[in-house]
Amino acid sequence: MSTVSTAATTSALQSVEGNHACALAAIAAGCRFYAGYPITPSSEVAEKMSVELPKVGGTFIQMEDEIASMGAVLGASMGGVKALTATSGPGFSLKQENLGYASMAEIPCVIVNVMRGGPSTGLPTRPSQGDVMQARWGSHGDHPVIVLTPASVDEIYTETVRAFNLSELLRVPVVLLYDEVIGHLVETIELREPADLELFERRWTRAPPEEYVPFAAADDGVPEMARPGDGYRTHITGLTHGENGFPTQNPEQVDRVMRRLLGKLDRNQSLVEHFEALTCEDADIIIVAYGITSRAARRAVKLGREQGIGVGLFRPITLWPFPQQAFVEIVDSAGKILVPELNAGQLCLEIERLCSPSSKVSRMNRIDGLAITPNEILERVKALESND
Amino acid sequence: MTETSMHAFEIRDYLRKELMPHFMCPGCGHGIALRALLWALYELDIDKNNLAIVSGIGCSGRVGAYIDANTMHVNHGRPLAYATGLKLARPDLEVIVITGDGDCLAIGGNHLIHACRRNLNLTCIMLNNEIYGMTGGQVSPTTTVDRFTTTTPFGNHEPGFDSCKLAAAAGAGLVGREITLQVPALKNLIKEGITHPGFAFLEVISDCTEIYGRKNELGESPEMMLSQKASTRSDVYGNSVDQPFRPNAFETGVLTRNDRPEYADAYKQHMGRIMAASN
Repeated sequence: MSTVSTAATTSALQSVEGNHACALAAIAAGCRFYAGYPITPSSEVAEKMSVELPKVGGTFIQMEDEIASMGAVLGASMGGVKALTATSGPGFSLKQENLGYASMAEIPCVIVNVMRGGPSTGLPTRPSQGDVMQARWGSHGDHPVIVLTPASVDEIYTETVRAFNLSELLRVPVVLLYDEVIGHLVETIELREPADLELFERRWTRAPPEEYVPFAAADDGVPEMARPGDGYRTHITGLTHGENGFPTQNPEQVDRVMRRLLGKLDRNQSLVEHFEALTCEDADIIIVAYGITSRAARRAVKLGREQGIGVGLFRPITLWPFPQQAFVEIVDSAGKILVPELNAGQLCLEIERLCSPSSKVSRMNRIDGLAITPNEILERVKALESND
Repeated sequence: MTETSMHAFEIRDYLRKELMPHFMCPGCGHGIALRALLWALYELDIDKNNLAIVSGIGCSGRVGAYIDANTMHVNHGRPLAYATGLKLARPDLEVIVITGDGDCLAIGGNHLIHACRRNLNLTCIMLNNEIYGMTGGQVSPTTTVDRFTTTTPFGNHEPGFDSCKLAAAAGAGLVGREITLQVPALKNLIKEGITHPGFAFLEVISDCTEIYGRKNELGESPEMMLSQKASTRSDVYGNSVDQPFRPNAFETGVLTRNDRPEYADAYKQHMGRIMAASN
């Protein structure tokens, strides 16, 4: 009989792979259900969960396909259990129909997408940032979704915890979007005890069943949820529904529920939209970068500053909804903006949309399966500087 | 409660009366299947608070909402996937899936065979009316050969599934079939499915009078149900060369039953042994 260590994880410094950090953070955040399907470069999340979940009384299941694993995650979450799945581009495409259900029926869930080169089967073992738009618009119809994009193993840990918090609190699907390099990177991080983490739990209703209106929301736009078995006997559907949870085509009701759904994240902007700004105050050139590319950018900023160049970094940690207000306040005034990405130009569309006409946005794109280096970014920064 | 007279069963106790009138067409067999399910729930004394109904998309998918329970109307073809997650997360709930021939055998076919293989303690009731009714009457994986639908204007040339053979071959713990004419028998079959400690697949031969019946001149609901009754022949099926495709004659009742380990139980025991050995 094979044996595994059941020693409890303790707050300690450990060398951990990015995908494993994601799994460990999920368990620390209270995740007790994982359903997934093998796909490179995310499979280590599933493998780690298959070892760790039984130790804490949770359930791991490898489903028959990507669609089923997303469905099982939502079923578990509807039962009141925090649930996770992980995938990469091709599988992320398949998960979109059920991700849309999570948006519409307001079922908390966390979906990890470890990005690889696309389209189609693409470059399974190579990094990419090609799913920026799929993460935002992959499912049909207007729908709320939060996308977090960690840039280090430690940040995978903290953002996984935050993903569960946001998902449970706001009843919205949260996508953890990082690339193959970060997923397979081994870095030393601090593993926290659940007691040391700030954890938000789902707001279960305490209203008497006869007074409970399942989709009537409080001021923050989020309805309280009822757990099956607690006597509420609610109806959950992907059809557009009224506040009672049953389907409606009444234009007023449809308008009301859709505006609440889509406004939910705006109402909780400070909670949702996280970013980092590095030496932006006096910068003439600001690099907007996320994920692995932001690490190269950080180095380029350091090298640039050493050479007397006024360069800064704006790093959205929440990619969607894009931290628009912070961006406009911090970045737009710089005048010159450089957007390096491992795709043919996706986030730059949002940057170009947000910038005033006087700002000059430059794109920098690698689509050959390799990461952008600090020196490449520094060269572009120097070229932008000398264009004055 | 083992045997209760039909009078003691009050269907209104299990329905969301505020949703009446229901959306089903006159003559549709789905309402009869719903009644049989509710009757079975009554006789098994199942607490509505602990009952979860997971349904997919189509006419069958809309049936679940009328039940006064925890109802989840999920995506097309996916109710078994959702139900798998729900049951694993909440083994205390009685989880029943209501699906249709298109939902379960076409878009959801992969989920069905793997649900059968795993043998998780779910009850899957597939309402088979041989057609996509909600979308206006297109051919389904169980449409009889030569029948007319809106996408087989020259008659259906594709063979249909025998879903019970499929489920049995894939390992379902209990497989059964019944027609809507036999309500007490259908109720009893559903009770068998719910009480079986594994995955139960139940095919209900329903009828779509409005679209399928009309288009194929099969008569009104009584004629369609009597023709189904005439097809229930237990003697000819076993060695049919048509299997696993649906023959014109079919068996009813409990067709297969096995005692393979139930999935959640097996997972729990297996992990319990591993964890105990490593402590």
